[in-house]
This record gives sequence, structure tokens and C-alpha cells, in this order.
Amino acid sequence: MSPVRIDKGGRRHRTLRGLALLAVVLVAAGVPFNSDRVVNGQLTLVLVYAVAALGLNLLVGYSGQISLGHGAFFAIGAYTAAILIVRAHWPYPLTVPAAALLTFALGFAFGVPALRLRGLYLALVTLALAIATPPLIKRFEGLTGGVQGMSVPQPTVPGWLPVDLDQFLYLLVLSVAVPMFLLAANLTRGGLGRALVSIRDNERAATTMGVDRARVKSRVFAWSAAYAGVGGALFALTLGFVAPESFNLALSFAFLAAIVIGGLGTVGGALFGALFIEFVPQYAERVNQALTGMIYGATLIAVIYLMPGGIAGLLRSVRRRLVEVAEPPPAGGEPTGTAVMEAGATSPGGGRLPAM
Amino acid sequence: MERFLQVVVDGIADGSIYGALALALVLIFRSTGIVNFAQGEMAMFATFVAWGLHDGGRPLWLALVAAFAFAFLGGMAIERLLIRPVEGAGTLTLVIVTLGLFILVNAAAGWIWGFTNRGFPSIFPSGVARLGGVELSIESLGIIAVLLAVVALLGLLFQRTKLGLAMRAAALNPDSSRLVGIRVGRMLMLGWGLAALLGALAGVLVAPRLFLDVNLMGGVLVYAFAGAALGGFDSPLGAVVGSWIIGVTENLAGTYVGAVGADLKVLVPLAVIFVVLLVRPSGLFGSPEVTRV
Amino acid sequence: MLGGRSKAGRGKLALLALLALVLVAAGCGRDEGGGGQAGTADPGITDTSIKLGSSYPFSGPASAYGTIAKGVNAYFEFTNDKGGVNGRKIEFVTHDDGYEPQRALTNARRLVEQDKVFALFNTLGTANNIAIWDYANQQKVPQVFVATGASNWGTDIAGHPYTIGWQPNYVTEAKVYAEYLKQQKPNGKVAVLYQNDAYGKDLLGGFKSGIEGSGIQIVKEQSYEATAPSVASQVKQLAGTGADVFLNISTPKFAAQSIATVAQTTWKPLHLLNNVAASKAQVLQPVGLKNAQGIVSTAYFKDPEDQQWASDAAMVEYKTNLAKYEPDANPDDPYNAYGWTVANTMVEALKKMQEPTRAALMDSVRNLAVDVPMLLPGVKVQTNGTTDGFPIEAMQVTQFNGENFELQGNVIQAPAQ
Repeated sequence: MSPVRIDKGGRRHRTLRGLALLAVVLVAAGVPFNSDRVVNGQLTLVLVYAVAALGLNLLVGYSGQISLGHGAFFAIGAYTAAILIVRAHWPYPLTVPAAALLTFALGFAFGVPALRLRGLYLALVTLALAIATPPLIKRFEGLTGGVQGMSVPQPTVPGWLPVDLDQFLYLLVLSVAVPMFLLAANLTRGGLGRALVSIRDNERAATTMGVDRARVKSRVFAWSAAYAGVGGALFALTLGFVAPESFNLALSFAFLAAIVIGGLGTVGGALFGALFIEFVPQYAERVNQALTGMIYGATLIAVIYLMPGGIAGLLRSVRRRLVEVAEPPPAGGEPTGTAVMEAGATSPGGGRLPAM
Repeated sequence: MERFLQVVVDGIADGSIYGALALALVLIFRSTGIVNFAQGEMAMFATFVAWGLHDGGRPLWLALVAAFAFAFLGGMAIERLLIRPVEGAGTLTLVIVTLGLFILVNAAAGWIWGFTNRGFPSIFPSGVARLGGVELSIESLGIIAVLLAVVALLGLLFQRTKLGLAMRAAALNPDSSRLVGIRVGRMLMLGWGLAALLGALAGVLVAPRLFLDVNLMGGVLVYAFAGAALGGFDSPLGAVVGSWIIGVTENLAGTYVGAVGADLKVLVPLAVIFVVLLVRPSGLFGSPEVTRV
Repeated sequence: MLGGRSKAGRGKLALLALLALVLVAAGCGRDEGGGGQAGTADPGITDTSIKLGSSYPFSGPASAYGTIAKGVNAYFEFTNDKGGVNGRKIEFVTHDDGYEPQRALTNARRLVEQDKVFALFNTLGTANNIAIWDYANQQKVPQVFVATGASNWGTDIAGHPYTIGWQPNYVTEAKVYAEYLKQQKPNGKVAVLYQNDAYGKDLLGGFKSGIEGSGIQIVKEQSYEATAPSVASQVKQLAGTGADVFLNISTPKFAAQSIATVAQTTWKPLHLLNNVAASKAQVLQPVGLKNAQGIVSTAYFKDPEDQQWASDAAMVEYKTNLAKYEPDANPDDPYNAYGWTVANTMVEALKKMQEPTRAALMDSVRNLAVDVPMLLPGVKVQTNGTTDGFPIEAMQVTQFNGENFELQGNVIQAPAQ
């Protein structure tokens, strides 16, 4: 059966996209009213991880950098929210943007020197971040509660909303996650995204085309750190408790695994990856409790073997067999080569990029 | 002064532990171009194999030889069965596969041999050597000697033999290598096999001091990684020297810098590396990356 | 690419489908809910059964503790084969949390809301239990005999009435060392190695308050991260002080390293080794028994490696039944003995429960006075409402004589408050 051809940007394309988006939103919003509360709670955590994974994907998938230390920014976000609520008595909604601002700044500050390193060496210094995090948390125990951790009073459900705490937390996290996803989609489709891809694919050519590598890379690092920080703040609110054990090296690795499994360089990939890292360990245990770790490791390897493009890649190839989105013929004889934009500039003529 | 020298010497001894695993990391990188996160766990697994054989009554030398052979074959098998199929999928994907392998091998070792702590016999005699008030255990001297011998052998292999040349070519430029008749697949398998063998060697060298449990190499891996990065990822000598530098700075900071404290001392070598890499991005002994524009 | 055209592609697709099927089947299969019980009893308890649940680290860095579940399970099976508790058979459901607090909380919710357990029993890890206890207390679900030595569980009875510990907490243990030192080295100088987490800090804190007002002083403290490869350099620093006493608050692997390091120096302190690491098989034998001579520790239950209990009735019962119900478990592993003993305590508490309700269980647990045969003679399980929330508060000093840890003196009562 050959796929149906539709034109990109055309009416059918837009309708289909709109319907897909609507379906996703309906399902997402309907979750708290349909699933049992435990699953609801887990899906809330999934959304939290997805936000953080989204940030990492911006960095790794789109800009081709690597970070083994995103758990650190996640931890900073979580502890920022916790400390502001517990020690400074801030209202909880303000803690999320506060966490974002702080991690953005720290990400930028870290990114400027760190991104002069390449590949493995960048991996090493970001690894250092991840390793440094639990001891540093414990060192500043007056602020962080040290080894015992800190209980964080959870948000109270506003009286006019007929939902319980679990459902409210889910909706709260969803209301932050959706704009974050839209923002990411925007970033990647716009000038910054194109600049990133050009750097990833061929850094020297990008420089000769006028892309300011250092600035772009640091900005991306800062954005991705901010995403992790927002995720962390939401984590603290959802769990009601922060402790150094939650932010170990395994967490940074889990985020990395999530984006590869979900699909590098895709926005939806973050969500699939987050679902994987939250639920698969649980399923692995059900298969055989004594072999939990082995099954999880084997599943990780198997999934990558079977789906090198991640879950998003798989879904894309499935979709391609059903619907082929074709570029409409160019109007006015414009070149269809690759044109690279300076970050933030609008495109004057509509250069097209090769499909990712 | 004596105390200072002792701290330095202790640092070299500690650094040798990291250096042993760093050699395996460098070998894998040099022959296949990726970092294998599971290198430490594979080393631990092979060490357990040796332990199991020895505990079951075999003489130590036999257990070691068998474990080395197992590691060599196992490394080759992993390359052929797990890594080869996803070779084209990009570095990061391969790294995640090694991460999955880390989790798998660690859990497998725990399932087979349990999670409890145990000892491992040393191949060196016990005892301490003293020179002018500074002491170093015979075991540490032995480890240093073995490391330097391995560095020399690797140097010979890569610089003086056709096989070594073929391995380097296969890693740097697989397509061109195939054109001149190099069996790239075989070279990659060999690279993984040798690296696993070196890892097993590292495991049996350090297990007597660190004691053997499934978390033997978990903490060492980061230091080994750091040592290899400091020395330059494509230089065996660099891996060893880099690891020594890390051991020494860590011990010096722990002893003389009060603010650092034992809990944060892991940050010191990492800070050192950061500074070094900013000045010399390919590491102390590494060759700079040259890309054609 | 994953297409259906090529043979390899079809093979991959088939494998993928199979994998997905296995995972979904595993995920969809739920543990049976607590269906069909009388309306007056709480969930998880019927006339013929009681369901208990726990969260343990079966994977991850703390997986060594996972074997405790085997000891617990063996005792429950043993009890069930004798007819259960007042005619009710115990079902024990466990989930893996990888020692991560967020997973522990998710597990607690699964156990309570999906598996519908009657009570949470012996959940492991300080941070994990702190993550759980607000939830458990809000839901009024018993969180009993938690597997950690932190002192939190007995000091906040008003705020968290449904949570209680079991083992002598670290403060008690530290006070025992302090008392011992006051007799043996009343003006001793102490060098301390401790793990930089809740357990290490709790023990150190308890020790500090125990020596307050005495002539004993701490001259140097060195901490280490559980993720570090070695503690040799910290121990060498401590050796440099030449202190009279070495207080060693570390887990087995690091304890072995520290004893080996001390043996290489000329330092010969009185070595106080915390209970967690007082294992001949895991710690002393690997370093060489001659290096372990004279090491002092504490105990509260009978050591399965100690020959003096070889024909003790409780020990024989433990070893035989562990072999019977959990043949893969090592009877000499003290964690298995721990599991057996805490499960024994639970069964005693269940027996004295007046009604099949959670409130009644807490009543029984908070007014407990039972003898548990695997505990050392003189160590009792005792609680008293709001005045005493610590079930076991006594330990006995032991000293390694080259062969075994030999009990010294008398059981020392060291109330945590």
C-alpha cells in the first residue's frame, strides 16, 4: 500500500497536524480522570522527566554536544524550589521560574568555558558536575538539609477546583510541560534551531557562514540547563521531598538514555524516553525480580539495537508508510539548497534544510 | 619534606589503580573511537571469574590465565554481537549501548556471585620497600612495573607492528582501510578483545587492595576516565602519567588543603583537568585532532 | 532502517514486536488486588490471610541489602507452614526501588493502592523511609519495623504515629561505644572515619553526644563518599594522628580497606568497628584474621558465623528453615539473619493484634514486650506507647579474638533519648 501524498503546509497537512495535536492534548488532559492514582502519580513524574530530557535533547540531539551531568541542574532546580519554599516561604508557583532563571545563569556560566572542549573532554567535565552534586548538597547542610534531605510542603488544591492533590499536581505539571514543549518546538524550528543544526553538521562551514558558534553553543547549554532546572523544581513539588540520593549519577545517565531511546533530535522523543525510564524498570522487575538489573540493561540494549532512531524514529517511519508529506514545488524559482541563518534572524527567502 | 614525599608516593600508588583501567579505556578508544562505559564492569566480571576459579581450588596462575582468556574472547564477542550491529548509529547511541552493558554486567555479576565483599589474592609478595624515610608497598611497586611494561608493549604494538598499524588505520579511517585490504571488522574485534584483557588485568591488580565486590570499578571508572583525558585519550603513556597526576593532586589536596575535605576531594583532579584542557585541549601527551575542512 | 521490505528489517520488526509484547504482558499483569474481604476489616487482611509489603534495593548500589527480603520471606513461609498467625497466612509483596527515594515512594503507593497491603513492613533506607512516611501516615497505613538505624523513627511519635523502627538505632550503638570507652580509655583520643550519609552522620552524632562531659575527645574526622573507590588515604591521615582509638563507621568493603591500611602502618589503636561491618566472612577474613585481632564491635542478634551458637535452638531453626525456603540464600550472611529476626518480631506483633485493623496493629506494635529467640540473651523488644518508640535499645560489646567475635561483659542498655 503506497503512502498518501499530501503537501507540506497545505490544508490537509495543517488539518492532520491540528487533529494530532488535539488528540495528544485530550489524552494528556484526560489522564487524571481515568487512570488509577498510582499511575497518575507516575505519569506526573514522567512529565517532569520529559521536561528535563527535552532540555538535554536540545543540547545533545540538536547541537551535537554531550552532557553527562544534567542531573546536576535538575538537582539545583529541585533544591532551589525546596529551599525557597521551606526557608524563604515563597509561594510555590514563583519557585519554578526562579529555578529556571538560576539554572539558566549557571548553565551559561558553565557553558562558556566548558564548550571550548570537544566531545570526550566535554563529557568528562559534565560528568564532574554530576559527581560533585551529591557531596556539595551534603556540604551545605544548613541550607539543604544535608544527608537527611528536606520535606517540602506540597501545593494545596484551590477550593474551586474539584480535584484531589494527585490530579492537581498532574495538571500543574502538565500546565508547565506543555508550554515548555511548545517553546522547544519553536526554538528548534526557528533561527536558533537552524544555527544549531548547522553547527552540529559542519562546524567550520557554519562559522564561515557567519554563525557565532560560541554564543550559540553557550545559549543552548543555558537553555538546556534551564529546562532541567524547571524539571527539578517540579520534581520537588511532586515528590514533596528532596534528598541527595535522588540526584545521583544514575539520574544523569537515565536522562541521556531517555533521549537516545526516545529519539535524538526530536521534540516528542523526550516524552517517549521519559516513559521508558519510569516504567521499564518496574516491568523488568515483574518479569523476574532477581534479574531486575539484567533485564533492564538488556532491554536498553535491545531497544537501541532494534530502533537506532529511537521510538520517535520508529513512529516517524510508520507514519511515512501511511502519509508522505512532500515539499510543494518551489514558487518563484528559489534555490533549494541549505542556507544557514544567524541565530535570531528571520529568514528572508525561505531556505530549506535537508530532512533530519 | 618527608611527609610531603610520602604523600606524593602514596598518590602515585593510588594513581596506578586508576591508570590500570585508564589503559583499557585508551586502548578501546584508540582502536574503535568510542568510550566504553562498561569497561570497568567487564573488568570486574573477569576478576570475579578468576576469583571463582581460585576459590574453587584452582591455582592462582591458572585462574588468572583463564580469566584473561575469558575476557579476551568475551570482549571480541561483545564487539561482534552487540556493537557491530549498531555501528553506524552514531557515537552517542553506541555510548548508551555501553551504558546498558554496564547495568547488565553489574547485575549479572551480582546475580552469579552475590553482592557481598570478599578478598582477592595478590600476585605480588607482601611487604614494604623503604627509601630514605619514604615507604611504598611491594604490591604498589609491582603494579607500577606492570603498567609501564604494558605501556611499552602497547607502544611496540601500535608503532612497530603491521597489526598495530592496521588497528590504528581501522579506527581512524575504516573506509580507506578496507580499500587497502585491512579486515576492519577483525581489527575492531581485536581491539575490544585486547581492551577487555587489559581491563581484566587492571581488575586483578587492584582487587587485592580495594577488595572485590560488584562495585569494585564503579568509583574507579571516573578517575580512570579523568586520567585518560588528562594524558590524552590516544596515548597509553599519557593514561598512566595522567592517572598518577590525579592520584598525587588528590592526595596533596586532601592532606594540605583543609577546606576541601575528604568528601569533596574528588573535585580536585577534575578541576585540574579542566584547567589543563583549557590550555591544551588534547591532553598532555595526546595528538591534536586534525580535521580536513 | 526498520522497514518491512528487507529480511533483516522484517526480523527486527518481529523481535521488536516480541519485546513489546513481553513488556506489556509484564506491565499489565497486576498482583491480585485484595478482593473479597469483610467490610469491617482494613484492606489486606481477611480471615485467612494478611498481606504485607515492602520496598528493597534489589538493584543499584545498595543491592547487597536486598537479601534481607529472603530472610524475611523464609520466616513468613515457616510461620505459614505452622498454620500462620491466628489462622491467617502471610503474603509478602516486595518491589525494587534501587535505593532511590522517588522510587520508594512510588512503590509505597503501589503497595497500598494497587497491591492493597495491610501494612508496610521493613522498608529499607533512611532517605527512602523519610520519603514514604508522610504518605503512610496520611493514609494511616502502618510503616513498621523500618530497616534503617536512623533515630528519626522513635523521636516523632506525635507527628508520625504509624511509623516505627526496629534495630538499635545508630545513636544507641554509638552510645554503647562511648560507654565502653569511658571504662577502657577514659581520656582517650579518637580518630573517626565515617561514611558521608545519614547513617554515618547519625552514628558520629550519637558518639559525640555520648562522650560529652567525659575526658574522651575526637582529634580528627575523615569522611568518605560511598561512591569512592578507596578510603586508604583518609585512613592514612587518621593514622598520622597516632590517636588511641579508631572509630570506624563504614560499610563492609571500606571497613576491609581501612583495616588493611591500618595494618600497613605502625598505628595500633583500639579499633571500634561499627555493627554493619562486623562480619568475619566479608570483612575480617579478606584482610587476614591476624590483622583483625582485638577489633571491638557490637551485636544485638546471634551471629550466624559464630560457632558458639552452632547448636543453639534458635540458630538451628534459622539455618534449617532458610535452607528450606530460600535455598539460594547464604545462611552465614548476617543480613539474612537480620531479615529472619525482624520478621519474627512482626509475627509476634501480629499475634497480639486485638482486631484485624491497622490501628490495632499499631497498638500492638507500640505496646510490645516480646522475646525473640535470635536476639542475644538480654536484648528485648520493648516499646511503650509515646514514651518509648524504640523497640530495641540494647547491644553487647564484642571483641574479635582471632577466631570469632566474642561477647564481652553484659548487654548495655542505651536508650536513644
